Amino acid sequence: MSWAVVQRRVVDWAPAVAVFVLGIAAWQGLVAAFNVQEFLLPKPTVIAQTFWDERSSLWHAGIYTFKEALGGFALGSSLGIAVALVFAAFRPLGTAFIPFAVAASAIPIIAFAPIFNNWFGLLNPFSKMAIAAVLCFFPVLVNTLRGLTSVDPRAIELMRSYAAGRVSIFRRVRIPASLPHMFAGLKIASVLSMIGAIVGEYFGGPITALGVLILNASAYTNFPVAWAGIVVASAFGILFYGAVALAERLTTSWDPSRRDFHTE
Amino acid sequence: MNDRPAVAISGLTKQFKAGVTALSGIDLEVQPREFISLIGPSGCGKSTLLRIIGDLIEPSAGTVEVNGKPAHRARLDHDYGIVFQEAVLYDWRTVSKNIALPLELLRWSREKRSARVKELLDLVELEGFEDHHPWQLSGGMQQRVAIARALSFDPALLLMDEPFGALDEMTRERLNLELLRIWDASGSTIVFVTHSIPEAVFLSTRVVVMSARPGRVAGLVEVDLPQPRTARTREEPRFFELVTEVRERLAAGGAELEVTA
Repeated sequence: MSWAVVQRRVVDWAPAVAVFVLGIAAWQGLVAAFNVQEFLLPKPTVIAQTFWDERSSLWHAGIYTFKEALGGFALGSSLGIAVALVFAAFRPLGTAFIPFAVAASAIPIIAFAPIFNNWFGLLNPFSKMAIAAVLCFFPVLVNTLRGLTSVDPRAIELMRSYAAGRVSIFRRVRIPASLPHMFAGLKIASVLSMIGAIVGEYFGGPITALGVLILNASAYTNFPVAWAGIVVASAFGILFYGAVALAERLTTSWDPSRRDFHTE
Repeated sequence: MNDRPAVAISGLTKQFKAGVTALSGIDLEVQPREFISLIGPSGCGKSTLLRIIGDLIEPSAGTVEVNGKPAHRARLDHDYGIVFQEAVLYDWRTVSKNIALPLELLRWSREKRSARVKELLDLVELEGFEDHHPWQLSGGMQQRVAIARALSFDPALLLMDEPFGALDEMTRERLNLELLRIWDASGSTIVFVTHSIPEAVFLSTRVVVMSARPGRVAGLVEVDLPQPRTARTREEPRFFELVTEVRERLAAGGAELEVTA
């Protein structure tokens, strides 16, 4: 990165950073000015202090829940990709099943969380992984399948002109062409997996889980701890999303639609 | 050189499922080393004809032979290379890897591939761009990569579907000259689909004029302009006479359309 690029990055990000700082300051100032009760909305400084005091339990709870989310993401996304490959290879199968996949992505799957807790056991982390996996499965399936099947027909004709077989066309054209779509699905899934794990824990789970920590803190009106827990959940969610976006950037840097006007 | 025709089409008809007859009763022979242009109004089925020669679409009736073999066999034997109006480069591959793709499918060794890619980059004058991605190239450069890719495995026949149709006039004229140089250097036969009468006359040894719906061969025009063609060729009186002849044949084909439609 050249000096000019660094400068431009700083200029690009300055407004967002300013909004963040002003937002936190306004929150602090308004809570103090109107003397808002702590159980309604704690000051950012109080949350920060609690965050620091409780860092060990928050960190462990965060890791515990993130592992559930990650497990669910890995399971649901790899199944989504695998099923998309099968549907793309056997189109009639895709035609028969895809309306259900689209319908399924419109229903609030999270409502099944208590059922999953019941099936796999309240204290078993797999009950949360399962709900996260189901949440991840559908967007990854639908997006990957769209990527695999919306390839430029001439790109396929060209491969046929080289006497390439179906497997070769999949490997050399359909799969690489589907990557941008697949990552769109994976980014949605990364967010959904954290939501799935935490909401799953709201319906019951071990004391070591972040969702349970937030729930209990609220129940005992220890709201600064609940807020600190939310901050941890948000941080893991954002970092996870960022990691997937980085993987996308590294694997699809060739995608013309990703080029921004600042390149060069 | 053998004396089998490069392409032999007889009694070819193509009907699409919707009942549209795209091509009807096409007979055509293309000799090795010829540069044939197919020209005709939109919807005369010239692109369809090119795809049938390449065994990318099946004809409804009639036979197509390429290098003395059925078109299907010829495709499996890598007897032809094809170039479309858009370059259709694979975005995730660099210029080198796009050109080398057919060679990978032919299981050439890495060393042979990179030596061949070097030759081709030289041929299409893109040295220094081997590691670029397609989005980093202009339209004309992308099309040169597509041509290099089609030539990579040295096919006897090159099928080109309006390859310069999306380019500006100046780029197009320059690439016309380059194509003739490549044609001369590679010794291949070219079947070239175009909308442009001057382009067809300038490039070809023979122009096949087609009429629309159903597509038929409305006439053949021998282009007796001397080889090699140069920028000067476009200014010769004979060039204009031939352009006029093709235009009149096209008009005659169009008149037929109005009577039958």
